[in-house]
Amino acid sequence: MWQHVLTIFIASALINNFVFTRYLGLCIFFGVTKRMETAIGMSFTFTAVMLVEAVLNWVIFNYVMIPYNLEFLKIVIFIGTVAAFVQAADTIMKKVAPALYYKLGIYLALIVTNCVILAVPLINADEKYSLFESIAMAVGSGLGFSLALIIMASIREKLELAEVPKSFKGLPISFVLTGLIALAFLGFSGMITL
Amino acid sequence: MSNNVSLGTLFKNGVFGENPVFRLALSLCPAVAVTSGVKNGFLMGVAVLFVMTMTNVTVSLLRNFINPKVRIPSYVFITATWVTVIDLVMSAYQRAVYKEMGLYIMLIVAFAIILSRAEMFASKNKLLPSFVDGVGMGVGFLLALMLLGVFREFLGKGSLWGAQILPGKPLLIAIMPTGGFFAMGLVMGWLNWIDRKFFGGTGASSGGH
Repeated sequence: MWQHVLTIFIASALINNFVFTRYLGLCIFFGVTKRMETAIGMSFTFTAVMLVEAVLNWVIFNYVMIPYNLEFLKIVIFIGTVAAFVQAADTIMKKVAPALYYKLGIYLALIVTNCVILAVPLINADEKYSLFESIAMAVGSGLGFSLALIIMASIREKLELAEVPKSFKGLPISFVLTGLIALAFLGFSGMITL
Repeated sequence: MSNNVSLGTLFKNGVFGENPVFRLALSLCPAVAVTSGVKNGFLMGVAVLFVMTMTNVTVSLLRNFINPKVRIPSYVFITATWVTVIDLVMSAYQRAVYKEMGLYIMLIVAFAIILSRAEMFASKNKLLPSFVDGVGMGVGFLLALMLLGVFREFLGKGSLWGAQILPGKPLLIAIMPTGGFFAMGLVMGWLNWIDRKFFGGTGASSGGH
């Protein structure tokens, strides 16, 4: 069983990387990678929230939604828990750890309607993962997402100095660049078959 | 955002002036994810068009009843309800396509473009302008997805909507994950070039969110 958990962890971090093979979280990916510092703050917040969301929604899905046949409401319920949790975390952090709040608070606000966060419980529910598998999936995806953000941020800092054709300045060249990184990530596929 | 703008202008604004994908650079994930074929792009576009229009209409109808303090959660739940509707419809009638892109249909709920139209437009405008705005934005999205889908399916498989046109597969990479990013970058750059050359625009896309 632990081997399967490890497989899911590695697969969701590298092979099914959220950005490069699942194309999720592109808004965040292009939005926050202009500076390394924000990229790191964002990846930290995202991984933490993903982990909590995966556990929370696993409990709700398996002990509330399945017994009462409410699976068809999963979109509404999952986004509700995400919104409620983020709001709670925001309030608690402001009171308990103001220093951390001023560092990460702005990222929290962006999380509520973000496909990366919502995708984790949805995939877990679709694949009918157990609790440990869900956790492995959440942490793996979080680390994979962080890896993507940090790679992109370090390249974009260099890109500022490069001479790019006028029409390609900004987003278009970033897309082409992402394509190249995705090509490299393609090399991981086939490493593990789920 | 005054009410005097004619409905035609509103519609055109959604399709061209503020095209959600290429101009506002919002909701990029599905634009790359589902456009490996024209048909997938079309169905995704239709799903977004439906959710967009219905959310705008609902928000506009309820705008006097929703307490401003809880407006964002309310909009999110309205969107989630309509997404559930289209999700169930798609899984019932388009089984094969749903298997491929069901996750992205469910994730329509997290589209920045829908929430931002509800907040910026539908919550301040009457029913008809909100409806037209939703349809315009949705059609703009649909056209963007179709454009990318045509580009990628033609290059990757040599076919359009499943019908084989070229004998072989000219550029297989176009339908692979990387191809989506390349296609998006190239089309965006091309549109910027057109904008600068023929319409005298600045030709630079904004940073995106």
